[in-house]
Amino acid sequence: MDKAKSMVDKKGASGPFHVNNGQSQKVFHSHVMVATNGSCCSSSSSNAFGSSTVPSGSGTFENMHHLHRGDDAECNGSPAKRCRLRRRTESVRKHRPPFPWFGMDIGGTLVKLVYFEPVDITAEEEQEEVENLKSIRRYLTSNVAYGKTGVRDVHLELRNLTMCGRTGNLHFIRFPTQAMPRFIQMGRDKNFSSLHTTLCATGGGAYKFENEFRMMADLELLKLDELDCLIRGLLFVDRVGFNGHPECYYFQNPSDTQSCVKKPCTLDNPFPMLLVNIGSGVSILAVYSENNYKRVTGTSLGGGTFLGLCCLLTGCETFEEALEMASKGDSTNVDKLVKDIYGGDYERFGLQGSAVASSFGHMMSKEKRDSISKEDLARATLVTITNNIGSIARMCAVNEKIERVVFVGNFLRINTVSTKLLAYAMDYWSKGQLRALFLEHEGYFGAVGALMELLKTTEDP
Amino acid sequence: MAECGRVDSNTSHTMDKSITLPPDEIFRNLENAKRFAIDIGGSLTKLAYYSTVQHKVAKVRSFDHTAKAAAGDKLYEISMQEEVTARLHFIKFENAYIETCLDFIKDHLVNTETKVIKATGGGAHKFKELIERKLGLKVDKEDEMTCLIKGCNFVLKNIPHEAFVYAKHADSEFRFQTTNPDIFPYLLVNIGSGVSIVKVESEDKFERIGGSSIGGGTFWGLGALLTKTKRFDELLQLASKGQHASVDMLVKDIYGGSYGYLGLTGDLIASSFGKSATADKDFSKEDMAKSLLHMISNDIGQLACLYAKLHNLSRVYFGGFFIRGHPVTMHTITYSINFFTKGEVQALFLRHEGYLGTIGAFLKGAEEDNPNQYSWGENYAGSSGLMSVSPDMNPMQRARSGTFDMLEMDRLERQLVNLPLLQDPSSYIPDTVDLTEDALAREYWLYCFEEALDGVVKRAVASQPDMPEAALRAEKFRQKYRHKLQTLRQQPFAYGSLTVRSLLDTREHCLNEFNFPDPYSKIKQRENDIALKYYQKAVKSLDELSWEEKQFALVRGVLAGNVFDWGAKATDFCIFFFIPLSERPWLVDSYDQWLERLKGPPHKCALFFVDNSGVDIILGVMPFVRELLSRGTEVVLASNSGPALNDVTNGELQILTERIAAMDPVIEAGLREDRLLLVQSGSSSPCLDLSRLDKVLAMVVRERQTDLVIIEGMGRAIHTNYYAMLSCESLKMAVIKNSWLADRLGGKLFSVVFKYEVPAGKPNKDCGAFSPS
Repeated sequence: MDKAKSMVDKKGASGPFHVNNGQSQKVFHSHVMVATNGSCCSSSSSNAFGSSTVPSGSGTFENMHHLHRGDDAECNGSPAKRCRLRRRTESVRKHRPPFPWFGMDIGGTLVKLVYFEPVDITAEEEQEEVENLKSIRRYLTSNVAYGKTGVRDVHLELRNLTMCGRTGNLHFIRFPTQAMPRFIQMGRDKNFSSLHTTLCATGGGAYKFENEFRMMADLELLKLDELDCLIRGLLFVDRVGFNGHPECYYFQNPSDTQSCVKKPCTLDNPFPMLLVNIGSGVSILAVYSENNYKRVTGTSLGGGTFLGLCCLLTGCETFEEALEMASKGDSTNVDKLVKDIYGGDYERFGLQGSAVASSFGHMMSKEKRDSISKEDLARATLVTITNNIGSIARMCAVNEKIERVVFVGNFLRINTVSTKLLAYAMDYWSKGQLRALFLEHEGYFGAVGALMELLKTTEDP
Repeated sequence: MAECGRVDSNTSHTMDKSITLPPDEIFRNLENAKRFAIDIGGSLTKLAYYSTVQHKVAKVRSFDHTAKAAAGDKLYEISMQEEVTARLHFIKFENAYIETCLDFIKDHLVNTETKVIKATGGGAHKFKELIERKLGLKVDKEDEMTCLIKGCNFVLKNIPHEAFVYAKHADSEFRFQTTNPDIFPYLLVNIGSGVSIVKVESEDKFERIGGSSIGGGTFWGLGALLTKTKRFDELLQLASKGQHASVDMLVKDIYGGSYGYLGLTGDLIASSFGKSATADKDFSKEDMAKSLLHMISNDIGQLACLYAKLHNLSRVYFGGFFIRGHPVTMHTITYSINFFTKGEVQALFLRHEGYLGTIGAFLKGAEEDNPNQYSWGENYAGSSGLMSVSPDMNPMQRARSGTFDMLEMDRLERQLVNLPLLQDPSSYIPDTVDLTEDALAREYWLYCFEEALDGVVKRAVASQPDMPEAALRAEKFRQKYRHKLQTLRQQPFAYGSLTVRSLLDTREHCLNEFNFPDPYSKIKQRENDIALKYYQKAVKSLDELSWEEKQFALVRGVLAGNVFDWGAKATDFCIFFFIPLSERPWLVDSYDQWLERLKGPPHKCALFFVDNSGVDIILGVMPFVRELLSRGTEVVLASNSGPALNDVTNGELQILTERIAAMDPVIEAGLREDRLLLVQSGSSSPCLDLSRLDKVLAMVVRERQTDLVIIEGMGRAIHTNYYAMLSCESLKMAVIKNSWLADRLGGKLFSVVFKYEVPAGKPNKDCGAFSPS
């Protein structure tokens, strides 16, 4: 990782961030032959069209799979002309899809929505843009909250991103899955179907709500597999970086609370990686390449369990509330530690006295139950769930012989207790063999992957 | 199961310390007790001690035949002798009784040499002071995990049918595993308040390879918080009534159906407690408890599978208070293991799981006695057996808290090992019918044994005519055995798989318990006396036959002798020849192959497991043996070490053979030239378990390159070993003397089974080449 660090430093000094490490550079170059149409997805902070011309080279067949660019020859020509072709029916095969560009991931608890806001709209386009589309764009980009529960994560916005030849900002929006019926209702009210866009959706909800989209809003979903989307989205965001900064980070000195610090890094040569996606539940994937991965296992003890138990135990209602409480609590009042049982370390088995022997073990005693605080309970729930995920992930990493463990998913949002704990657990129990990595856009990769699938439809034969 | 005088199950969690214990039934043989060990857990205390039991044994002694006058009618005399044998006692009771129990032990402990008590378990330090004060013994703490593993090794090695698979919806809840002599390596997942995962590689080598903090304490602690229910048992009861789907977010809640792409079914839990975060409603205690149980069981199962996979282990035993006989947790753990390994790994549970710690602590303290060099056997008379804890099956027994559970193990005089000639020791099952799974057969045999009880009691009394209290003891025996039968009717799985063998063995244990070591001694003596008188006559008439006629007459003799059971009156030798043997072809008839084989070269050595006394052994078996010897085959006669029914014991057979040798030069030469050997089987059962045989026998079998095994009689060749596969030629001979069984096997009463088998792929002439197992 020292290498990664130095790279980061160098980039920091050299200004605009480039995706320029080893293998991914090669991949990058081989795609960037769509010169006339844009700088292809590099989140170059520079200009819009035609700025980064790269020798058009060997666009090999496999590269065509990369949906975010590589629309090679067909994308050549006048962008203005292209943009006029808005109707999906005409453009779906040969051209980029019509706006609006959405990618949606409908999970068990949260809906994650990414929206690409083009900033390179020409006057001509502006004129032709239907009112409907305009109002959607304005609604989404001028608000940071939608209704009671919808939120735009402004701090995650990817600015001046080039996708499929267009430059724009990628917005990250989330709202509870429970609000899905209202969202569909809104789609109908705004006459979304008249835009003839394809709504690319992944996550279980893509299947569950498919009928409702069709019946209520006359919208046809393009259903996508969530794990495919997750990996594609993750690799893409890592490649383009986070507005000039690396998307990925890790913790230095994870075993020492005093000197433990967050450090940025790049997913330098990312394969193989163990990808642990912590949403309501947890999926663990072994990823060998963008298209080659397997789901190793999963666990039902995930973010949903943390929040569900917290709600029952403390009466809280939101994830933020639960985390807020947890941050103030002390789990050792709830959990039985090794030293509570053995008076110190259990040396026979090399167990530290401070290790948790029994989660919620103290709660077997009525007196302790009667005097415990909500904060302590919330903290213990968080620690229990997090440690368990860490433990399973570690075993999987060992079984699969993978040293890099990447944690994503919305459970990690604003949740430094868990990220640090995972980093510590990976490091401590593997005696430094495993490294936990995290990504800034935690839970949005599925949605990004779905959006990329939309753009991919333009290049598939 | 001794219930102590508890008033009311509703008050069962209030500590009633004024209970009066039925001492002789619980802390038995305390007066000779030494080497105590105690394992104090969160709610149960397990006490162990070593003691000796004095009991009567029947010994036979040859009369001095040089003094002609004494020769009289009888060949040998029978005498009752006192013998002392070692027994291990294990008692499990609620912590609430600990003080009462310690007081009781103090009052009844005679042996004053004991200075130390080995202690283990989380509660050991809490009660240390109390134990030292009450008993005046020094508490010596032993490592918990070490004790657990030692105990686990001990039960796996010494108790047949210790491990079982739990199948909630199967005919039989418990599916017992055959005893694999090779118990290592295995994984032990101990689920106490936390979880420890231990890899055990040998007697002394084990390693804690992992663990989890989500265990029984999490279920209890979190469950108590969520449901305001205090007790662990009550939480489990709640869980067994709940519906987890109202609390858990299932795959179908997210997908609307299954996640076909990954093969995840809709009912799979995607997020435990996932609905309680979003649904704005109250959840029932039952549903939350169920969801919690699933969450924890699945999590433990998953970790266990990951570790099993990493270390390439397929035997995974589960223990700890979370499991301890609770059908709910055994079911969810089993489910989880099946799910995560797709059936590749089976979750195994142990009948005596609760005793592992105390057994291990005891063994640590008894190292100087080297208990591991002996074989031990579960005493069915003194052990409570596995309880049914299934609430639907036996609601009364949910209130287990007031009960004392016991396990007693006898030190066997001989060390027991596998017969080296078993084709596949790991798959060998001695018993032909598993009555645990066959309800009809179970009904029949339980009825049979109950019917026969009066007769057994009578015979027991008759065997001790000069002991006036025999009738009283016999009555106690009747009560005990009848109670066992009743228990087995309710809980056929109490001592592992229920079989005719286990029913017979339980009866022998009960008879011994009340000092009826050999109720048949006099009958056997009389039968032997009479039969012996006809020996020479029988041999002479056989020798007059042609070779072929003789071979058949010999086989017929063994079969007829076998019919000639203790029920028949052997007054006339003629009856022997007119026994109504069914005509050939018999029910199972490979006589022709046997005859063909006899035309070939002689066997190197034959191992003959004999059955009854009297005409069977003397007029049936001995002439057969004589013929084998004449052919040049060495013969090893294996008879019971101790008495069982009218089976000839090794002691009796020694005398009989000497007497026959005096009349018969062939037998005499055989003995003299060491071509006829008498060995004991190590068993005192009317049946035969080829995986638990005397070590000396196994050694002889190996040394002599035994290439023929003959098993005779219903108990040994039909109730057991009917399907036993041996690596050499084998001959199973029996007459079915029970119409029900005959019917079962498709025959009639007195149908003959003559089963001569040659292992596949082994031409006859090669049979002499013994292949070590």
